[in-house]
Amino acid sequence: MSGTGARENVFATRMALTNTKLRLKGAQTGHSLLAKKRDALTTRFRAILKKVDEAKRKMGRVMQLASFSMAEVTYATGDIAYLVQEQAKLATFRVKAKQENVSGVVLPGFEVERVQGSDFNLTGLGRGGQQIIKAKEIYAKAIETLVELASLQTAFTILDEVIRATNRRVNAIEHVVMPRLENTIKYIMSELDEMDREEFFRLKKVQGKKKRDTAAREATKKAEDAEQEQAAVDPLLDETKESVDLLSSKDVDVIF
Amino acid sequence: MSTNFKDRNLIAVIGDEDSITGLLLAGIGHVNEQQRKNFLVVDSKTQVSTIESAFQEFTTRKDIAILLINQHIAEKIRPSVDKYQQAFPALLEIPSKDHPYGSSD
Repeated sequence: MSGTGARENVFATRMALTNTKLRLKGAQTGHSLLAKKRDALTTRFRAILKKVDEAKRKMGRVMQLASFSMAEVTYATGDIAYLVQEQAKLATFRVKAKQENVSGVVLPGFEVERVQGSDFNLTGLGRGGQQIIKAKEIYAKAIETLVELASLQTAFTILDEVIRATNRRVNAIEHVVMPRLENTIKYIMSELDEMDREEFFRLKKVQGKKKRDTAAREATKKAEDAEQEQAAVDPLLDETKESVDLLSSKDVDVIF
Repeated sequence: MSTNFKDRNLIAVIGDEDSITGLLLAGIGHVNEQQRKNFLVVDSKTQVSTIESAFQEFTTRKDIAILLINQHIAEKIRPSVDKYQQAFPALLEIPSKDHPYGSSD
């Protein structure tokens, strides 16, 4: 009953009861909303998980292909690693961040953004130019896959975090806030009932006392009345006596 | 969540020579005003501390959106990689020529 479990520190009044009931209702609404949000996010999360898996497999294949084309380049042109490293000055292959909104959660994603640059145009001028161009294209494709995977992974990380936070909130409301409010309501109810009973008892007591007092007053009044009656009768009696006396007694003044 | 992820538009790489060469050919290479490269070539002679510091640098730079790292190199600095939990830059382990991809999620 009221003593069990945590409850808010409130005075047991009707107003507090109304307030607490309203808050409980709010908590319930919030709980259902958050639960819905969690479900939506989890669905999304599952979808992303599946996509990540697919993308990883794809990446494995694509990178293998890219390595192979690199081997071709090395075979055709010799070692161009140093040359390429030194020529790299400005990125022509960049990513652009975009945003996606999933039930209030902003999920960032990356988009490939290519600037047509004239990098490495002279690489492989002597021999192996074909292979280099091919490798360039294949690697560009591979990076597209990588970027896709990276954005999926970022979304995955962020969603994971958000889902955990939402779960925490849902559980907190379900297991802490709502029981506490319910306990508070129970406490207020029992307290109000107790007050009602007390009030009833008090009224009864007052009524009893009043009855007793009235009875007592009545009794005294009756007694008084009786006394007064007695008193009223007495003089009459006296008078009669007197009159009797008057009749019987001999008056000195009366001559006859 | 990172606030300035709009500014992040580079891809950084820590990898072996072949992977780096291929990725640079595609055009991700960038050298900024401080002459800092966005890639690190790792060979058998590279110190683990060098990889570690490059990893720290790339993960703290504000202009990098994605950090690619060869899986066999990530193995060398596994504690740092596992500790890394941020969304930005996104960390991605990629297979290399000599080390086929072993899925480790």
